[in-house]
Amino acid sequence: MSALPQTPFNTGLYKRRKITNVIGLALSFVSVTIGLLGLAWILWTLAVNGLSALNMDFFTKSTPAPGSAGGGMANAIVGSLMIVGFATLISTPIGILAGIYLSEFGKTSKFAQATRFVVDIMLSAPSIVVGLFVFALAVATVKHFSGWAGSLALSLIAIPVVVRTTENMLALVPGSLREAAFALGAPRWKVSLAVTLRAVKGGVVTGVLLAVARMIGETAPLLFTALNNQFFSTDMSRPMANLPVVIYNFAMSPYEDWQKLAWGGAALIALIVLTINILARVLFRSKLQA
Amino acid sequence: MNAITINTPMSGSYDASSTAVQDMEAALKVRNLDFYYGKFQGLKKVNMDIAKGKVTAFIGPSGCGKSTLLRTFNRMFDLYPGQRAEGEIVLNGRNILAKEQDVNLLRAKVGMVFQKPTPFPMTIFENIAFGVRLYENLNARDMAERVEWSLRKAALWDEVKEKLNQSGLSLSGGQQQRLCIARTVAVKPEVLLLDEPTSALDPISTAKVEELVNELKADYTIAIVTHNMQQAARISDFTAYMYLGELIEFGETNQIFIKPAKKATEDYITGRFG
Repeated sequence: MSALPQTPFNTGLYKRRKITNVIGLALSFVSVTIGLLGLAWILWTLAVNGLSALNMDFFTKSTPAPGSAGGGMANAIVGSLMIVGFATLISTPIGILAGIYLSEFGKTSKFAQATRFVVDIMLSAPSIVVGLFVFALAVATVKHFSGWAGSLALSLIAIPVVVRTTENMLALVPGSLREAAFALGAPRWKVSLAVTLRAVKGGVVTGVLLAVARMIGETAPLLFTALNNQFFSTDMSRPMANLPVVIYNFAMSPYEDWQKLAWGGAALIALIVLTINILARVLFRSKLQA
Repeated sequence: MNAITINTPMSGSYDASSTAVQDMEAALKVRNLDFYYGKFQGLKKVNMDIAKGKVTAFIGPSGCGKSTLLRTFNRMFDLYPGQRAEGEIVLNGRNILAKEQDVNLLRAKVGMVFQKPTPFPMTIFENIAFGVRLYENLNARDMAERVEWSLRKAALWDEVKEKLNQSGLSLSGGQQQRLCIARTVAVKPEVLLLDEPTSALDPISTAKVEELVNELKADYTIAIVTHNMQQAARISDFTAYMYLGELIEFGETNQIFIKPAKKATEDYITGRFG
């Protein structure tokens, strides 16, 4: 038996490949570092400037008059919670049901295709445009700002997110699972809700959480809809204080204590969004392992 | 049973009227069945009877139409817009391909187990209760009884009786498939369709499932599609050999495997092709 032919080991080619590999790795590393540095810088700035403002007063006292000491953001925090809370209540069922329709019923029909197109457009619609639209619809018509208009604007921003996530998650369910449910004689709606949706409920909840995280930070729509309120109010039919708009106003003001409160508000929003994202991730991962 | 005289068929279809099934009650009667995937014809003029209380196996090379035929029996193809069936399939005196047939009701009477085990994302108990709840209103005790009954029928009870509240997904592959069988049996269908039920299972689970089929046939009519000819020979009473959408030969399993009437069947069974 003759020996196997020897392939000459091309050290030049090998060296070149090694160098390319190192360069590629280095560039990736640098890019990641730049990205992470930016994020770290923001978080650091927020922490340094804002965390110290988060004391008991911050959460219990309402926004102070300009120049006066003390006060907090209680009205803005409660206002944001209420506006975002109602917006979530509105957008979650609509979004999930639309996602189910697109994935299970409409599929490739003309109507479903048109719906998907509109959802995609709305996903990238500038939030200020949404705010102006709701202004014309719900504020100018009744001649006053309100928390409800704010919730409406936020839900218009959240619905496309929930629809897209729900539809994508449902598309991951294997057809064999649906067929197994149909084979038992289950009607279509039951298969969709009790089997298919249930299979991905972790992912759907994640989508809702991410929509909520987005809503909390949206400022432009609230500028024209909920406006702001100096005092503590839980009346949704009147202008309502909310974190993003208060931060906007206070940050642009010349008063130092207002600016400090603004930093506190920004740090709070960042903390909330961070917590929601981590929660969503943990939830999703535990569902995947189930 | 004596040897069966088999008519020479015309245009590849098989005349069922002279088979042994004539002497037995037919659960399903297939008459002139054509099936189309869009423009492609998947089944060509299939004529046969599925004997009640017996196991009928469908064998043939890939793409011959065995699964297609099985899926017409519970109108699974209705889920997919491009697929349609023409002809008649008679169950209990009614043509189940007719528009007036309630498809969901049909599927409750004709159950199907698939190749891939697909437990629902629910507890083991709920997996079984789901199907039962669709058409029956049982109180808690009756439901628990039914769940136990079907798990016993599927030879799974002893392995899961302590953990009915655990997710169905926590079982092994073979157990999951037996859970699917239990789930299908729980709704007390008349006919059981098994589409390559052991293809994805290890040999021991396969043996357990085959044992199951043997026991189940006392109460159910069973149609099973299998790639495994030895399996067909082991567990079925009747065998149908299909090729390219046509039913080539149909008869008692012993006769098909020992002395098939057609050369095409013999070639396939002896492994000369396929």
